[in-house]
Amino acid sequence: MTLVEPARRGARSIFLRRPFFTLALLVAVGYVLAAIFAPLVAPYDPVAQDFNAMMQAPSGAHLMGTDSYGQDILSRVIFGARYALIIGFFAVAIGAIGGLIVGLAAGLSGGWVEWALMRLIDSILALPSLILAVAFIAILGQGVDKVVIAVGLSMIGPFARTVRADVLQVRVQLFVEAAGLMAIPRAVIIWRHILPNVIYPLAVQVTIRISEAILVSSSLSFLGIGVTPPTPDWGLMIAEGRAFVSFAAWMSAMPGFALALLLIALSIVGDGIREEFDPKLKGKA
Amino acid sequence: MTALLNIQSLTVDRGPARILDRVTLEVGQGETVALVGESGAGKSTIATAIMRLLGEAQTSGQITLDGAGDLLALRERDMVGLRGRRLSMIFQDAGAALNPSYTVGRQLISAVRRNLGLDKTAARARAIELMTQVGINDPEARLTAYPHQLSGGMQQRVMVAIALAADPDLLLADEPTSALDVTIQAQIVRLILAQTKARGAACIFVLHDLALASQACDRIVVLYAGQVVESGPARDVLENARHPYTRQLKSCVLEIGTRDLIAPEGTVPSHRDMPRGCRFATRCPRVQDRCWAEAPPLEGGAHSFACWNPE
Amino acid sequence: MIRQAFGKVGQTLVVLFIVSFASFGLLKLAPGDPIQIMLGSEYSPEAYAALSAQLGLDQPFLTQYLDWAKNFVQGDWGTSYVARTDIFTYGFLEALPVTLTLASFSLAFAILIGVPLGVLSAVKKDTIFDAGAAVFALTGTAFPSFLLGILLIWFFGVKLGLFPVMGYVSPWQDFWGGIYHMILPALTLSTYFIAMITRLTRATLIEVLAQPYIAAARARGEPGWRVIWVHGVRNIALPLVTILGLQLGTLLQGTVLTETVFNLPGIGQMLTSAVLGREYGVVQAGVMMTATLFIVVNLLVDLSYPFLDPRLRDRK
Repeated sequence: MTLVEPARRGARSIFLRRPFFTLALLVAVGYVLAAIFAPLVAPYDPVAQDFNAMMQAPSGAHLMGTDSYGQDILSRVIFGARYALIIGFFAVAIGAIGGLIVGLAAGLSGGWVEWALMRLIDSILALPSLILAVAFIAILGQGVDKVVIAVGLSMIGPFARTVRADVLQVRVQLFVEAAGLMAIPRAVIIWRHILPNVIYPLAVQVTIRISEAILVSSSLSFLGIGVTPPTPDWGLMIAEGRAFVSFAAWMSAMPGFALALLLIALSIVGDGIREEFDPKLKGKA
Repeated sequence: MTALLNIQSLTVDRGPARILDRVTLEVGQGETVALVGESGAGKSTIATAIMRLLGEAQTSGQITLDGAGDLLALRERDMVGLRGRRLSMIFQDAGAALNPSYTVGRQLISAVRRNLGLDKTAARARAIELMTQVGINDPEARLTAYPHQLSGGMQQRVMVAIALAADPDLLLADEPTSALDVTIQAQIVRLILAQTKARGAACIFVLHDLALASQACDRIVVLYAGQVVESGPARDVLENARHPYTRQLKSCVLEIGTRDLIAPEGTVPSHRDMPRGCRFATRCPRVQDRCWAEAPPLEGGAHSFACWNPE
Repeated sequence: MIRQAFGKVGQTLVVLFIVSFASFGLLKLAPGDPIQIMLGSEYSPEAYAALSAQLGLDQPFLTQYLDWAKNFVQGDWGTSYVARTDIFTYGFLEALPVTLTLASFSLAFAILIGVPLGVLSAVKKDTIFDAGAAVFALTGTAFPSFLLGILLIWFFGVKLGLFPVMGYVSPWQDFWGGIYHMILPALTLSTYFIAMITRLTRATLIEVLAQPYIAAARARGEPGWRVIWVHGVRNIALPLVTILGLQLGTLLQGTVLTETVFNLPGIGQMLTSAVLGREYGVVQAGVMMTATLFIVVNLLVDLSYPFLDPRLRDRK
């Protein structure tokens, strides 16, 4: 018995009503496919260095050119999609689960515990996610797994805030109060009545925040404190190309545009999903 | 004597919906005309169309203001020059019609300065004078108040002061009392009438109360679904209503505390299923076959009505 | 109103306390024993104990925290071995002004460009211009700033040779030189905010322009530009300031990236090199400064509400 249900607006499918959304979704799906089948699609080994083909401009042999180690940029961009999506997905998963726990605790506890948890969430939110991730990286060190954990932890704050807001909304619903009166165990109330109403908006949040996680993780790599070379990470590739921007602009530009296109596509998809499914926006259109 | 305002065949469409349909209306110098009808009849649209503040709606027909020509054909710049000077408007909800971010003094004084071309000191003096005229006690202190700090009646008095600042020729009062307590409504109506009479200004009063309209105004125009169905001298229309809709309105009383009439039975047809003939046919107790087929014209001189089977 | 303000200040202090506690904890969590690092590979247990006592590391956790907090407030932030200076001078006196300069330039850009763009977009709703602004707003909010920075360097710096591509000149010492060096970085950082402000201004202004007081202002003969700028824009100040306060974090994290792209010696560069050099004291200082800035600005935003909307002044 969930309170929130997807807005049903006539029989016309979302794909016809929102052409940009559909296009963006196709682009995002394309990235996912490229990531999954990277070894099949990529023309070269992403970490194979070829010192006879260093810093070549885009050509028939190397569609996006090569970098300063002679690595094929197209192959690295394709494998980069793997890292971007994996990091983005797992980081958001950590953030969402952590946020769910903290948010549920804050929303259900009440009294001074709730107050203290809220101030804790406030404190986490006082630091932008990148700065927080930098702090965690400082403790954890570098590497793909560390980036996932650091970015994931840094996202707990915003997730916790929305979960708590949803819990409060459900909590005041009469049926939860009634269930409480009937002396049903607390865990059952949470499981049956509160979780279903919280999970749904949380899922919407997750799709929206994947792009944020990808941006923060590639930012870390760009700063040189995230993923370590020679991993084909877009942020890292952009940073490597930065020094050569005056005569080999493609080194930064190619992975850069791959990242930008994915982020723009994900943001359109996220906007569409939010406008379509977020109960708070329902009816505003 | 030429009429102050002459509306010919005014039609307003908003998307697929026809909000006003060939409305014809005349207002003499200093005359007070009441527009009466249910909500959605198009009363407010007429007032807004005269001010040319309808926004995205499509408008056709003519609105001729004596000395200014067809308002619908004017350039926006010339229209801006008429607003506040020759044409003024008072709105339904004064609380919403005053900008919450500025003091009432600032809004009143800027209107006085703009429309009378006075300097700051003179405008302030004139503003205080105007506030006294509309019955606001301690006007100097009220000038520094923000709208939300005043009562609804007080807010509407400020709006009246702003509207009358430049002695306009025509005042449009769009249900100026509908957001107010019943006890204050009569006061505000009397105030508006007294102030317009004192200035020799004409007034179009959008009302939903037929009885009040007949007491307060020289002439009554009854609207139904965007059309004029009956129009004539106030007493005549009230005592000798010819259109069945006017009769129904007469027998209805204003429900205490709401804005709308306890409407006659049934509802106004939506623009999608508007009858081809008389628009009132769906609710008319005296409906005949002809009513469904053919729309009745508005006929009858001083007291005119649009009905095939008048009472 | 005054009581409310006190409540807000109190809450802020609590949040600051938690942040400082967490920052301190960060230092403790950091891998490596600071005494071992300081003493090198060979040391006697006596020397270890002596240094430990000297640094107060043999004290209980809470005592250590209080000591640290006292020192922090007094501006004694420890020493950076990489920068060979004390962290307060390095972080607060040298890096923070750079970051603040960049942030305020970008904010000024964002408001001066974003608000008019949003206003035009709202007024010319559903025209080509509006559609163009919408595309820009969408792209601008999703485009990674560090990539934009590199593209701007490539185009304006390398291809056209119009602007310097690196380095920082303080506008407090050389005003025009500072601005000249700040244009590309500020443009890089502000693009996201221009786009965001454009979106927000458009949406809120469309709502405001539908209000009766706008029609009333026009009805009393106010010309179109006055209606929009005096009566319309004044009433979007509140949502605008709120969002800007909340987005300050995004602005600060943007400065970290922009500083790296343009080689500006701000907090961002300080943080990055501190992470690479494992200087936890410096990381801690950066975190504290960022958080404090965010918290204080949002407190100011909260306290500014009554000035932005007179209706909030009389609320009990």
